[in-house]
Amino acid sequence: MALLDKHTIIEKNATLLTVLSLLVVTVGGIVEIAPLFYLENTIEEVDGVRPYSPLELEGREVYIREGCYVCHSQMVRPMRDEVERYGHYSLAAESMYDHPFQWGSKRTGPDLARVGGRYSDEWHVVHLRDPQSVVPESVMPKYGFLENKLLDGEYIEDLLLTHRAVGVPYTDEMIEAAVEDFRAQADPDSDFDGLLERYPGAQVRNFDGQPGISETDALIAYLQMLGTLVDFSTFTPDASR
Amino acid sequence: MSGTPEKKNEDGYGTTGHEWDGIEEWNNPLPRWWLWTFYITIIWGIGYTIAYPAWPLVDRATAGLLGYSTRGEVAEQISEFEARNAELQVQLASADLNTISDDAALFNYAVQGGAAVFRNNCSQCHGSGAAGAVGYPNLLDDAWLWGGTIEEIAYSVRHGIRNEQSLDARWSQMPAFGADELLDEQQIVEVAHYVLQISGQAHDADLASAGAETFDLECSGCHMADGTGDMLGGAPNLTDAIWLYGGDEATLIETITNSRFGVMPAWSEEFRPAGGLSDSEINAVATYVHQLGGGQ
Repeated sequence: MALLDKHTIIEKNATLLTVLSLLVVTVGGIVEIAPLFYLENTIEEVDGVRPYSPLELEGREVYIREGCYVCHSQMVRPMRDEVERYGHYSLAAESMYDHPFQWGSKRTGPDLARVGGRYSDEWHVVHLRDPQSVVPESVMPKYGFLENKLLDGEYIEDLLLTHRAVGVPYTDEMIEAAVEDFRAQADPDSDFDGLLERYPGAQVRNFDGQPGISETDALIAYLQMLGTLVDFSTFTPDASR
Repeated sequence: MSGTPEKKNEDGYGTTGHEWDGIEEWNNPLPRWWLWTFYITIIWGIGYTIAYPAWPLVDRATAGLLGYSTRGEVAEQISEFEARNAELQVQLASADLNTISDDAALFNYAVQGGAAVFRNNCSQCHGSGAAGAVGYPNLLDDAWLWGGTIEEIAYSVRHGIRNEQSLDARWSQMPAFGADELLDEQQIVEVAHYVLQISGQAHDADLASAGAETFDLECSGCHMADGTGDMLGGAPNLTDAIWLYGGDEATLIETITNSRFGVMPAWSEEFRPAGGLSDSEINAVATYVHQLGGGQ
């Protein structure tokens, strides 16, 4: 057959084969990936979602460093059993400032996308120290050592700048106040008006109940805000998305 | 690499013409069943993209003739289950909790549903069997803080205790007598021994009698003159053998020195719209906890 004979030209020319293969794969990529960046029904803007405050962002770094994502996902799937157990299914917008996102699919422990406000700070402290003391059947390791590592916010500005570089809209004002906000959020006696203005809904407490800002403070600040930013009493997701 | 294409096998097919070290391959056609399955999958694929959301257009993808969406499906499934129990749910949400046990069907529904709510949301602190843990009250016994009637339990679940989520959360705060230097170390040891005395434990009689006066001045406002506490004010009874944090001397001294500040989250979806409990779920779990044994 004439067509098959011509095909032998491609098969016998490695460079041509590579270039044409790349072209074919590129078409597939463009059709499948590119539309996600412009289609209105894949980009959903939701009120309330904001970039992480410096302390929360630091807590997120601890979360990633300790590999929490290995056992915990952060995405409530749109399925009845998940919604009944964890709460409203996750929206893409809720992880729009996550770099990298923490959705995951491995659940040795429960999903944490809506863990914010579910437990008291004290429960988190005790649970991180010795998970089995409150959940006897748990297989989670102990993370009490995080309490011993005190943070001074030395690199917090750089951390925010890094996230800005990959697209999180931290303003110059936020960057400038990073250290100040970092310290204010873990100290209820501080002047935290600026923090709340820059990061609406940020929770200000001494999360671990001990002096100084430890990694436990940062981690609990992060956990306590997970999934709490969107007000689902006023927001109704578009069913077609 | 030149083969012998003129060679034929028993089905009449020649070779591909490729030959390596004397090994040639027959140019047999693809099996028909395989080929037709392949064609059918192509047709199926086209039909699928017509029936379901698929092709990206200018501002959104085609919706598909079946109108399917994941979100729509989960909403549909949830409303289907809600519809099945709609009557009981409505009754439960507006039930008079004090008389809920009179309606056997509703009571049974509330207890079963409440058990599920409890296991999912409450067991992490209060234990799978509701027996509590250090710092998290046992819900099986007769000792209650903030009230053990079914209505009071529902209120505690709805608004929580000492949280920032609900403005109507249960609230009381014991002073940190040592940390805030309201009492000196000696006075704290004395009061601790007085508490050991009124709770019927081994104590030093001299220290206890010295602590009695301090107790009367500093503690009796909430824990009452006889130490039996103020249940509705969240002040525990100090004369019984039930301790939230521990009743030994060291723990008592720690409690008096630094105080305690147990927090329970507000569980109503009013305060946590993404993951909170509905009115009927709150009533169900209150009914469940109330009937565990200690309900008043």
